[in-house]
Amino acid sequence: MIELLLRPFQFEFFRNGTAAAVLAGGLCGLIGVYIVLRGMSYIGHGLSHAIFGGAVVSFVMEWNFYLGAGLWGFVAALLINQTVRRTKINADAAIGVITTASFATGVAIISRYRRFTRSFDAALFGNILGVTTQDVIIVAGVTLLVAGIIFVLYKPLLFTTFDSQVAKVYGVQTEWIDTLFALALAAALIASMQILGVTLIAAALVIPAITARLLTDSFNRMILLSTALGALSGFFGMMLSFHLDIASGAMIVLFQATLFALTLAITSLQKRASRRLLHTHV
Amino acid sequence: MKPIIELDNVTFGYGATPVLEHISMHLHPGQFAALVGPSGAGKTTLLKLALGILTPGEGQIRLDGRARDEHSRPTISYVPQLESVDWNFPVTVEQVVFMGLARSSGVWPWPSKLERDRLQSVLDQLEIGHLARRHIRDLSGGQQQRVFLARALITEPDLLALDEPTAGIDVRTAENVLHMLGHLSQHGMTILLTTHDLNAAAAHVPWVICLKNKIVAQGAPEDVFTAENLNKTYDGDMLVIRQDGMLFVQQKPHPHGYHDLLPNPVPGEIPAQKQA
Repeated sequence: MIELLLRPFQFEFFRNGTAAAVLAGGLCGLIGVYIVLRGMSYIGHGLSHAIFGGAVVSFVMEWNFYLGAGLWGFVAALLINQTVRRTKINADAAIGVITTASFATGVAIISRYRRFTRSFDAALFGNILGVTTQDVIIVAGVTLLVAGIIFVLYKPLLFTTFDSQVAKVYGVQTEWIDTLFALALAAALIASMQILGVTLIAAALVIPAITARLLTDSFNRMILLSTALGALSGFFGMMLSFHLDIASGAMIVLFQATLFALTLAITSLQKRASRRLLHTHV
Repeated sequence: MKPIIELDNVTFGYGATPVLEHISMHLHPGQFAALVGPSGAGKTTLLKLALGILTPGEGQIRLDGRARDEHSRPTISYVPQLESVDWNFPVTVEQVVFMGLARSSGVWPWPSKLERDRLQSVLDQLEIGHLARRHIRDLSGGQQQRVFLARALITEPDLLALDEPTAGIDVRTAENVLHMLGHLSQHGMTILLTTHDLNAAAAHVPWVICLKNKIVAQGAPEDVFTAENLNKTYDGDMLVIRQDGMLFVQQKPHPHGYHDLLPNPVPGEIPAQKQA
């Protein structure tokens, strides 16, 4: 049994892929807490599509992929923030317009230069086989950077997430906080894109956070739980992906979705039981 | 003495619709003032302009004699309307109160010993010390109001602004909150609140401002709460009773109209008179 579990680790691609999946899962779980609590669950979906546009442009312009796509994602996130802050447009609508336009730019360029269409399959659906040691180092670096930003800005970020308007009155530099958060989010998406793919990244951002929310009423515990659930899903998703021969990104997300469904069922049953107990005593 | 907050001919509107026009007012350190007026009169908007959440279309706002966006400014705390709070947000009482220190405390995510002591002191002062670890949703309306008051007080502000601090809480708690605010103003804190409760304002707040998109009147409640001023503010006649140095206002505008009764000839009876 142990041998069966350890067998995939003899392959370098699997070791690299699992390390990247655990880091990306934890990273998405960490940043996903703020995404969910800000009511911007759709941003992961939208921004990853926007970054896809940036990746295509980077390819055409022969820019560094991480730099080009990262900058594109960062600008898209900033535009969304500023649109919501300065106009009557809600977050979901702003995300819809800006990120879809960016994705459409990528699709337009691909359709114009059909010769490199296949190169972007990995960006769309994730490709764990292609994860190199250098990729793992980049994901680890981004994870450290984002965790560092969240650690240092923990208090103002919490206040801004809870109530941005009031935080500003108390002297919190909410514009700076939002800008740094947009940078951290873009970096997290870029780092996770190769493992999970544009189409599945949104789930990895949202599912661990909402599962953790079901389990606790404390913000600190929600952060820890969501990060741990994301990282664990990365590990077990990879293991299942190897043994069941299913695409890694899809398996990670399916594992997270199963955990969420189980948590929802258990917490609902607990609530029902406590209500019944209350009625019995009354 | 220099005013701590000064609005000079401020005008503001959402889009083309003006909400506030030509507002000029100022508050000195230690002053305790209430903004009163009907819904839509611009009370919350005026509060948000004063706090820098909104920017005026015209006019100037100065804090402690300086432009509002200058870095050196008095410490300001704000207690928003309870209905604007996200009660499902996963935070405990102490986490909310510590938010007040988000700007001033160090980079560590956890509070220092000094900050913990300050938290306990403020919570005890407001009689919610035993609720520190509770989720904010699991409290009564009065307790929730005190949590946000605690967040405001932990910063020891020069200016405290409160939006409807007595809404949704019982009469006794409202009395306690207003009594405590009066006490804080006597110790030098400037307080500006909005309220719909004219009688509570008359009993506890020494300076009231009647607002109906413009300032209708401002001054001591006994001078400002007249039938004429309230008529202009609420678009309906309101009964004002003065007796033994106390002032009562019938809160709902009367459709047939009342005169300002001074004094009430028979205690306990309200002789309604139709206005011509």
